[in-house]
Amino acid sequence: MRTLALDAYSRLDSPLHRTTPGLKLLAALVTVVGLAAVPTTAWWFFLAVATGLAMGTLISAIPPGFLMRRLLLLEPLVLGVAGLALLQPNGLNAMIVLVVRSTLSLMTMLLLTNTTPFAELLRVLRRVGLPELLVTTLHLMVRYLFVLVQESERMRRARRSRTFVTGRRLAWRSSATLLGQLFVRSSERANRIYAAMCARGWQ
Amino acid sequence: MHIPDGFLDLKTAATSAGLSLPAFWVALKRLQRTLPRRRVPLLGLAAAFVFAAQMLNFPVAGGTSGHLMGGVLVAILLGPSAALLVLTAVLLVQCLLFADGGVLAFGANLLNMAVVDVLGGYTVFVGLRHLLPNRRGLLVATAFSAWAGIVFASMSCAVQLAAAGVAPWGLVFPAMVNIHILIGVGEGLITTLVVLAIAQAQPDLLPSCKRDTTPSPLRHLIAYGLALTVALVVFVAPFASKAPDGLERVAATLGFAHHTVPSLLPAPMSDYQIPGIGSALVATGVTGFLGTVLVFALAHLLALRLLKPPLPQAGGAPRL
Repeated sequence: MRTLALDAYSRLDSPLHRTTPGLKLLAALVTVVGLAAVPTTAWWFFLAVATGLAMGTLISAIPPGFLMRRLLLLEPLVLGVAGLALLQPNGLNAMIVLVVRSTLSLMTMLLLTNTTPFAELLRVLRRVGLPELLVTTLHLMVRYLFVLVQESERMRRARRSRTFVTGRRLAWRSSATLLGQLFVRSSERANRIYAAMCARGWQ
Repeated sequence: MHIPDGFLDLKTAATSAGLSLPAFWVALKRLQRTLPRRRVPLLGLAAAFVFAAQMLNFPVAGGTSGHLMGGVLVAILLGPSAALLVLTAVLLVQCLLFADGGVLAFGANLLNMAVVDVLGGYTVFVGLRHLLPNRRGLLVATAFSAWAGIVFASMSCAVQLAAAGVAPWGLVFPAMVNIHILIGVGEGLITTLVVLAIAQAQPDLLPSCKRDTTPSPLRHLIAYGLALTVALVVFVAPFASKAPDGLERVAATLGFAHHTVPSLLPAPMSDYQIPGIGSALVATGVTGFLGTVLVFALAHLLALRLLKPPLPQAGGAPRL
């Protein structure tokens, strides 16, 4: 499935991948905060960040086309919000700055998440005090994310193969039923997971 | 509604985080006290469910499609504290794994989609449930509160964008709220249909319907009154913020504008530069007010229509 490949590059072997996750997270945060904090005229800073990101991409051995595709996928959202700035006086200039800031921040995060497996990021967050309950929830969520997505795909396929007439009303009705069923199945799965966790001596 | 990085300034981002973190903390403490251990895995699965549900598209007119946001749905199914934690997990994964929604803007996104949507929507839900305790009431409350949650979240988002200076308050507020009054209708419809489907498949997952009696006309009256109050409180807000604005205008014409104290939101000052802003805010107030009443009536019609064939009792075969 297409979505399964989302963090496929986070396990490559490159100097950037080998850097400590905590350090990478800190660097990314500093960059993003810096992008928001510098004045709008600080083009040298934007240029420096862009150069840094380009070099990071080269070192990371991730195909630049892949990162570009991910970026383009998220860009419409950025342009949509930035479009609001056009409505104020001197809007074009403001919009360009917003788009530049936002795109650089996005690229920073994309580089971080594609060079660091999510479980390692989670370990760092836990060390700096993310509550235990949220960490457990996040671990389970990431583990079962694709299981549930695939389950809903499967139910959709089954429904499509049985439905001859479609209309908008029927589509809404059956999609909602599918979601309801997905929740029922999720809660049943949660019960089984709890039993399995207990059987393995959870706490 | 995910705000990307680069739009909010540090002040707005910090203020939003400062507002959402205490709410998260209270929810977490409540869960740690009250959540039975066997429900812990359900939080993770519910988070994965919300994520999977957001990938399912519902066709809207003209080739576009929308999807469920799920905040109020999870709050109805698991309670507000659990919903807040679940939505926090969803937003964190979207931010860190998919770069959807910024890290610096995380506090703001958390405030809009986990705190305001869930708590605001759930408050409306509980209020309506008290007044309309039967099955139909469950559907009415679900539809209306899911809509209200989305509208509340869009308002909070508009406040942040205006405070960060992305666009003037007088433009961003009507734009965001008017769009989300419509989007919210879809959210309300999907949420209600999902709740109905769960009621048919596994009724014990839902909050119980204690009495299956028709509520008295008085209760109906109070419920409508409540909806009207929500509409008034929510949509009179722009007028209320217009009031000091009007004073500033008077001050400006009288020539002592320099003495006015800068307001909390910098945006109203730039209102003067664009004609027709005042009327846009008034129009938002009016459409918002009428919209609220209309949506509440629609919620009633939807519930009536969906319940026309009576719900099968527990254990009965699902109708779909």
